[in-house]
Amino acid sequence: MTAAVTWAGIASIVFTATAGDVLQSRAMKEIGDLGAIRREQGLFQVVRRVVSSPRFMLGLFFMALAFFSLLVTLSWDDVSVIGPASASLTFIANAFAARIFLKERVDHRRWLAALFVAGGVALLAR
Amino acid sequence: MTLRKYLILLAVTVFGACGDVCLGRGMRDFGAVTSSNWHQLLTALLDPWVIMGICLLILFFCSYLTALSWADLTYVLPATAISYVLMALLAKIFLHENVTLEHWLGIGLITVGVGFVATGPSLTVPARHAREKSESAATHVARPKRTRSEV
Repeated sequence: MTAAVTWAGIASIVFTATAGDVLQSRAMKEIGDLGAIRREQGLFQVVRRVVSSPRFMLGLFFMALAFFSLLVTLSWDDVSVIGPASASLTFIANAFAARIFLKERVDHRRWLAALFVAGGVALLAR
Repeated sequence: MTLRKYLILLAVTVFGACGDVCLGRGMRDFGAVTSSNWHQLLTALLDPWVIMGICLLILFFCSYLTALSWADLTYVLPATAISYVLMALLAKIFLHENVTLEHWLGIGLITVGVGFVATGPSLTVPARHAREKSESAATHVARPKRTRSEV
């Protein structure tokens, strides 16, 4: 497989993984602390609340797409290239998406963390 | 942050790295998957390494969702980034992939990045459960119990 095809695979992983992460994060914030719900209402309530959330199911759909994109792209190149490269770009995309869609307070410490981790992961991919 | 929360972040890290390495090991046996042999992807789902990878990634997913229920996405992702370091080490040991000086530099950068976020707050947007608790506490304080004579 050519490098361009591998990078197209990585781009599809990044897009679907970011969409999945943001949707899942929003769904979990709406549901509340799973540990506290389990202690107060039991495991069944945790499962019921999670699987009955439409946003969670949509997030799961995007995560499934990300998983199959990863599986296909892994067959084109090494795990030590695809894993870190897709993850480093997903870090940056997630920081932007969390700020825009989740209204998280991404302060300078979190931007630095995202950039350091993305840089480190990119180096691991070389 | 309690010990239980740190253990959940550790579970995200370990299950994620081990799951990815198992998937990588499994897919290596199948060669390139293209549109002409896409059905190989279904065969791959029966491979023991891929099955083990999927099981570990399910555990990763459960711990990841739990972490997302009480922490920001921009906290959970960098805080669990040590999994890439673990993944590189496991890939070297079990898949015999090469770990160079650049890789070690990358590992150093990730560790510093994790240090930045680990010392900050885990949540900047209140979760629903915490919001409800604080709202009910505020209502409880603002509205004193009626006395028997008022009833």
